[in-house]
Amino acid sequence: MQPVLKIDNLSVQLPKGADRQHALEYVSFEVHPGEILCLVGESGSGKSVTGLSVMGLLPKGQLTPVSGQILLQDENLLEASDERLRDLRCTGMSMIFQEPMTALNPVMRCGDQIDEVLRTHIRLAPKERTQRILRIMEEVRLPEPKRLINTYPHQLSGGQRQRIMIAMALVLEPVLLIADEPTTALDVTTQASILQLIRDIQRDHQTGVLFITHDFGVVAEIADRVAVMQWGKVVEFGEAKQVLSNPQHAYTRMLIGSVPSMTPSQRERDASAQVVLNTSGLSKTYSERAFFRSTRTVHAVQKVDLEVRRGETLGIVGESGSGKTTVARCIARLTDPSSGEIFLDGKEIGRLRTGQLRPYRRRIQIIFQDPYRSLNPRRVVGDSIIEGATNYGLPRDKALERARSLMELVQLDPNVLDRFPHQFSGGQRQRICIARALTMEPEVLIADEAVSALDVSVQAQVLKLLDDVRKHFNLALLFITHDLRVAAQICDTMAVMSQSKVVEYGLTRDVFTNPQHEYTQSLLNAAPGKGWDFGAFLAP
Amino acid sequence: MSAPEESPIALEVDSAASAAAVSRPRTVLQMLVRNPSVCFGGVVLVVMLLTALLAPFLGTIDPSNIDPIYRNKVPGTERMLRLDDGSEVPITHWMGTDMLGRDVYSRVIYGSQISLVVGLAVAILSIAVGLTIGLVSGYIRWLDGIVMRIMDGLMAIPGILLAIALMSLFNAGLGTVIFAIFIPEIPRVVRLVRSIVLSIREEPYVEAAISVGTSVPLILIRHVLPNTIAPLIVQGTYICASAILVEAILSFLGVGIPPEIPTWGNIMAEGRMLFRVFPHNLLYPGIFLAFTILAVNVLGDGLRDTLDPRMAKRLG
Repeated sequence: MQPVLKIDNLSVQLPKGADRQHALEYVSFEVHPGEILCLVGESGSGKSVTGLSVMGLLPKGQLTPVSGQILLQDENLLEASDERLRDLRCTGMSMIFQEPMTALNPVMRCGDQIDEVLRTHIRLAPKERTQRILRIMEEVRLPEPKRLINTYPHQLSGGQRQRIMIAMALVLEPVLLIADEPTTALDVTTQASILQLIRDIQRDHQTGVLFITHDFGVVAEIADRVAVMQWGKVVEFGEAKQVLSNPQHAYTRMLIGSVPSMTPSQRERDASAQVVLNTSGLSKTYSERAFFRSTRTVHAVQKVDLEVRRGETLGIVGESGSGKTTVARCIARLTDPSSGEIFLDGKEIGRLRTGQLRPYRRRIQIIFQDPYRSLNPRRVVGDSIIEGATNYGLPRDKALERARSLMELVQLDPNVLDRFPHQFSGGQRQRICIARALTMEPEVLIADEAVSALDVSVQAQVLKLLDDVRKHFNLALLFITHDLRVAAQICDTMAVMSQSKVVEYGLTRDVFTNPQHEYTQSLLNAAPGKGWDFGAFLAP
Repeated sequence: MSAPEESPIALEVDSAASAAAVSRPRTVLQMLVRNPSVCFGGVVLVVMLLTALLAPFLGTIDPSNIDPIYRNKVPGTERMLRLDDGSEVPITHWMGTDMLGRDVYSRVIYGSQISLVVGLAVAILSIAVGLTIGLVSGYIRWLDGIVMRIMDGLMAIPGILLAIALMSLFNAGLGTVIFAIFIPEIPRVVRLVRSIVLSIREEPYVEAAISVGTSVPLILIRHVLPNTIAPLIVQGTYICASAILVEAILSFLGVGIPPEIPTWGNIMAEGRMLFRVFPHNLLYPGIFLAFTILAVNVLGDGLRDTLDPRMAKRLG
């Protein structure tokens, strides 16, 4: 069978002064009709550059293809003129992106955006175009196409927006669909339905799909064949089952071995340990007061009761908007709770004012999601780490000494304290943030999606570090995540949140093996690649 | 198995990369020197500053020396000037004389002193006051509404009308002019600073500082203030340019600095009546004014391009 896309020895040069010479080096693979090829790799591996090269969307002057060819049904795209490429987009090849909110025009109706594709490429009467738009919207399983045709992107949910994107991409039935992390920004239940949709449409239309992802769960769910990329090269290529169950290349083995298992780890739990932190009826309501309008209230968190013991990890799991981060922020007192109590060692701290709170602040520390924004870019990391300790009266040299020993604990060189954050990678920065939290000698450590922004291999290491730190200092760890795999590995107990309420709360093992609430069950069912136990392949 | 990025080798690579980067313009100063707008604006401004400072030594005579015999002379007129001790020296009126026989060249050079003082003083004062108000109002939520409504009120007052009102209430003088120009500038600085504070206060590193117990003043100084410096420098140059211009306008309208003190606006106001016959009275101060404003604005654009590349891209 003739491939729809054949990439042959493609090399793309990076601008001078980048960390390596080539974004892509001698990349070759083929995508056949009716096949889903997954391009997997960590950030910076060149997987998106591959997709953009095919579409002819590489930033001009920065990334230049220097050798090889890209054949779309035997036509070399690298030699095609701009007009020809423009013609081919949507008719021959289409691309969908990670963030559907920014990929859609916010001031144009969804129907018109699909219509634009039709108007640009083919001649049809307005009535026929509308028919065609309605048909494709139905096909991507959008409810009430007649109504949605007149809505603006902000009126739709994230999943619906991605469906509109898919409708735009597929309305002219291209032979190749490039999907660049199309489900990464979506919640896990939405992700599952979008993956299902892509697979169904691809099967019905025999479209070749180049699916770019970093998530091995998604790969296991959707891929026919897999190409693993590292530093701009394809290091492993093969049938999905083959690569996932018997990876050959060391890098693939390491990547797959780093994917946390869905089977909860069996951990001893000391039920007699002292309760360090508990909340009772914790609620947070936002109310928006405005002139000429009635007050609008939003319940971000409703009546949450949690408790964490010393040396124990409590996971709060939920999709975006479920209120899990608000709970963390209330406990860290970055947000004031509207009602309910927070007890730290039996002392109520939820209603203390700034001055009274000061001695307790030290004992609860928080680590944030984005390692690039949680360190002040203008201060050397040493100053960031010791800031807290000096706030509480520790002399600078003593604080620096403590910082040095903590840097060793988080496995960083203590001699780099005088460097700026931009000189560190994401994982290293997250380690620095952990060190900063630890200088305060806290009793409760809150990790708010602390590993979500990291690549899977780094994620595994930071997770291990967090767990080591918990043991070492006998900390109570409050771990907030949307990722069930991560939760399964690190949490002793977990609370599942949905629509601002805790719907299920219990031992991690029980929640995973015997979920009671309907929502927990759907969450567990939607987890991509749930049938695969990746960690099991990691040969000792 | 260890990932490549976490090994000590990664740190070595880091330091090698930063060593290699030295050859590229890294410091802000180097970047500024490479920007032609900054160079042009900076050089012109330095020359203007030196001119203002060295005014007595640049072949000038007393700018208020009235000599009715030599009034309304064209540029290039030569004559003998009698000094206080009775001796006479030959001088040339390079820019002619005005209707009272005063040397326009000396008046323009001395006038640059007033213009630059007004420009710099207004820029510094409005930024200092605006920065303080903006920081506090951006960070302390309950104050925000009150302060911003006051600022809205201030913005509603037309600057020139305020100046005229102040002039008629108080003594016309340099201080009053500076005050009158800098008050209407405050709200603009406050809005700029406040918008930066509002976005920076949500940054995780500020929240991290809160959770390690850093006090509010320290957070403002350590974490928020440094982010406002670059935009404020840029804003400062624009304020400076507009202040010089407004001062000239006020003087021209006769509601600014008293006419006996030479300022570019005053010189032009007096030359206005005889403009058709003796254009030099208007021409030379006009050229100096235009050139200074141009230099300050070009410097501001250059600073914006180097200090705030994102904004430059958006505008470009």
